[in-house]
Amino acid sequence: MLREPIDLAKCVEPDRVRREVYTDPQIFELEMQRIHEQVWIYCGHESQVPKAGDYYTLQIGRQPMLMVRGADGKISVLYNRCPHRGNMMVGDRHGNAGEFFRCSYHAWTFHHDGKLRQIPMYESGYTGTRFTRDNPDCSMKKAARVEVYRGFVFASLAKDGPTLKEFLGPALVAFDDMCDRSPEGEVEVVPNCFRVIQHSNWKIFLENQLDALHPSVTHQSTGRAAHNVEKELEKKAKKGETALKYHMLSAFATVTIDKWDNFQTINYPHGHCVLTGYMGLRPQDPDTLAYDKIMIKAYGQKRFEEIVGVNIHHVIVYPGLSVQSPLQQLRAIRPLGVDRTLTEIWHFRLKGAPEAIYRRSLAYYNLVNSPATLVNADDLENFWKCHQGLSSDGGDWVTFGRHFGHDIDKDGHVESAPNCGTSEAPMRNQMKAWAEYMRA
Amino acid sequence: MLKRLKKTVKKRLKAAVDGQHSVQHAVEQFLYHQADLLDRKEWERWIGLFADDGIYWMPPEPSYTTWDGTPAIFAEDKNLMRVRMGRVLHPDAWSQRPLWGTNHVVSNVILEKSQPNGDLVVRSRFHMLELRRDDVRHFAGAYLHHLKKTQEGYRIKLQRVDMTNAQAAYDYVLQVWV
Repeated sequence: MLREPIDLAKCVEPDRVRREVYTDPQIFELEMQRIHEQVWIYCGHESQVPKAGDYYTLQIGRQPMLMVRGADGKISVLYNRCPHRGNMMVGDRHGNAGEFFRCSYHAWTFHHDGKLRQIPMYESGYTGTRFTRDNPDCSMKKAARVEVYRGFVFASLAKDGPTLKEFLGPALVAFDDMCDRSPEGEVEVVPNCFRVIQHSNWKIFLENQLDALHPSVTHQSTGRAAHNVEKELEKKAKKGETALKYHMLSAFATVTIDKWDNFQTINYPHGHCVLTGYMGLRPQDPDTLAYDKIMIKAYGQKRFEEIVGVNIHHVIVYPGLSVQSPLQQLRAIRPLGVDRTLTEIWHFRLKGAPEAIYRRSLAYYNLVNSPATLVNADDLENFWKCHQGLSSDGGDWVTFGRHFGHDIDKDGHVESAPNCGTSEAPMRNQMKAWAEYMRA
Repeated sequence: MLKRLKKTVKKRLKAAVDGQHSVQHAVEQFLYHQADLLDRKEWERWIGLFADDGIYWMPPEPSYTTWDGTPAIFAEDKNLMRVRMGRVLHPDAWSQRPLWGTNHVVSNVILEKSQPNGDLVVRSRFHMLELRRDDVRHFAGAYLHHLKKTQEGYRIKLQRVDMTNAQAAYDYVLQVWV
């Protein structure tokens, strides 16, 4: 059945959203144009491309791009496209271009910053044509703007707009919290990217990330199973021995549903949100104490307390990034289509921190974020079911009414009310930003 | 004299070859049995094939030399295997509700190393078809088994799974061992 085009101005209300926002391919095209191909999108971390000529490909909106390190150490973000006939410049996901890019079709070559280097038999072939060497159309096109914050590379395909810092605003804490936890103030990438495709609209994933109500429902099977094995291990443990625990899994069962309200969400302009929560716990095991000592030496007691006192579970950098800074992990969103979303999942090492600290968060990376995840399988099942359900005529709206009306407006940001951690404020905030972008 | 010697050598050679064949046969049966348990979803018995300190490991790519302290798709001891089993058997494991099943074929079994005590290193290839709802996925690659000979039969010290499609993007995820 053909439908009237939906009126964008009427699809988002403060506490509910039209289902077409998730399922309409035309709206998807528009949001790629008006959101993803405008705002600052995460490209990758500098340490992914340590040497001159190293490149990594990525997608910004619908645009195949590449991030590359030049001989001068500078990072460029280019459209992965030869200006001659449009051939993609590199076909691998990552690699090293050598001293320059060379198109595999007709051997046009380009410097690492995209500038034309040579066209074969240029004089005989192009004299008198409009394709002069200084014509910018003969170079690889660059992303309009590139900025790096503490090693994290972002690009915007729009000439104008807020700077990266203005755009991120208080969401900068995602990168500060991650880097500050290193005694050297820096992180480096663990050279492995887990890539998982979700069969659902990209917004469904972002909405789930700060949804504190879902874990004890969606993940109870994992929580219960982990808790049962913990109990068995406890029984088997010899006197004086501490049995192994799987806190990050068993919490889904041991933290009862009402307890998740102890979280708080803080919602910022541009759709960014922070979920504060249990990761602020300070364990007292020997590994942590050894790490604390190194940190105090590097920063002094006062600054150290500030750093480890940051109580963040999750930061959403809308519309493309979900960061778990205390675990040094992030998931970048690459929408592939209205109902297909690629997540690129990275883990970072705190430079100068003991190996044990790296291994602790690595365990989370492997158990929760790997393609054989013990947790996300049930999320992805829900996302798919959501997307399928939203394709039906059974209802027109997706509702975000939980604790609606109780959000607290505090000069530029909105907090969920005390003891309302399961509030749907983050979804309301994301859709508010979405509507503002789409109105443009 | 010479004739007798020749006969003895021949006999011993035959015995050695037969021994080799019977090891080859036994190990093939073991690998087929392991794959069969997966396809029949007999998780408990499948886990039982591992030695107490056994590890199931799927590295993200072939260059990895250890599971210890590296990113891994799977790196599980028997405790974690039991968490995974408990999860998929839980009535509210939502992703387990839809119909799904697998079919493994294991082949190209090569005896890489055999120790005097009967312990073995075995390489093989696998192909797995998975049906989930209406979707079919294929996974294929190489197994490396470090097997310990015990009175109950072989037990797995280490199973390394180098899946050819491990590095590709995953359309959905893996929920149980491959």
